Amino acid sequence: MSFESWHDFLYMGGHYAFVWSAYGIGVVGIAFILLRPLNARRRFFAEQAQRLRRQAGAESGEYDASRTA
Amino acid sequence: MSALKTLWHRLGSPRWFFEISAPWATGLLVVGLLGIAVGLGWGLAIAPPDYLQGDSFRIMYLHVPAAILSESCYMLMGAAGVVLLVWRMKLADMVIAAAAPIGAAFCSIALVTGAIWGRPTWGTWWVWDARTTSVLVLLFLYFGVIALRQAMPREETAGRACAILAIVGVIDIPIIKYSVDWWLTLHQPSTFKLTAAPSMPPEMYLPLLVSVLGFYAFFVGVLLLGVGNEVLRREHRTQWVNDLVRSRAS
Repeated sequence: MSFESWHDFLYMGGHYAFVWSAYGIGVVGIAFILLRPLNARRRFFAEQAQRLRRQAGAESGEYDASRTA
Repeated sequence: MSALKTLWHRLGSPRWFFEISAPWATGLLVVGLLGIAVGLGWGLAIAPPDYLQGDSFRIMYLHVPAAILSESCYMLMGAAGVVLLVWRMKLADMVIAAAAPIGAAFCSIALVTGAIWGRPTWGTWWVWDARTTSVLVLLFLYFGVIALRQAMPREETAGRACAILAIVGVIDIPIIKYSVDWWLTLHQPSTFKLTAAPSMPPEMYLPLLVSVLGFYAFFVGVLLLGVGNEVLRREHRTQWVNDLVRSRAS
């Protein structure tokens, strides 16, 4: 360990504002990089499932409210 | 040699790629995030402070991997651009499309953390010197590739235009790399060199190495995820994607 206490660790030898803001931005950036494709994947499957349901409904001659809207 | 040839032909099948890459994406993401957490935690709490910079140098464990990845990602896009133009491999176009936003994000992290590190170390947030300016140009190249794809209506034309920009832009990478040697700059030279021992003691460079490797694994994992998304989007009318959608929905 490079630090004696939690306070020392958070204080970063007086450079706390720089170190922690940099790391905060890094964590946000990494989360953005990870969540963007994960969300896109989820959205794709939701949209396609809806499209297939609609198609199946149209083929069986059911009334589909979403198509008249 | 024949195994390589088979692999090359199989890469022409987006479906094969999607199925083979899915478990790799998950595994690499887990390993990558773990590596990043260990590397950053080690660098923040355990590595000794710099004799000159004190604790502000700990920004390095984030700044350096983000900068390395923003360069590697662009070189990958340039290579994929060549593959697309020469062999017309669709997968290469999907790699460029998936890599550009990831690279732009890494490049932004590198620039912002660099500015924050520069303030206590150089006494300024920004200098228009060779290293910082050439990395800013890299960010604009990423934005260019992203914007070009959105600006062109036909997918094939857009892909070729992006490939050309990706290839031409690779010229910026050696400029970034050697900028600290060719011109006078405030920026310090590379920590890791292939030809010499690191300029730091092991207590300082080992966490950096773990962080860099973690960032690489994370990048490949997230790239495979993005390329998989491109495969799904472009093949969304095919039977195998419909079957996959149905099996997920039920």
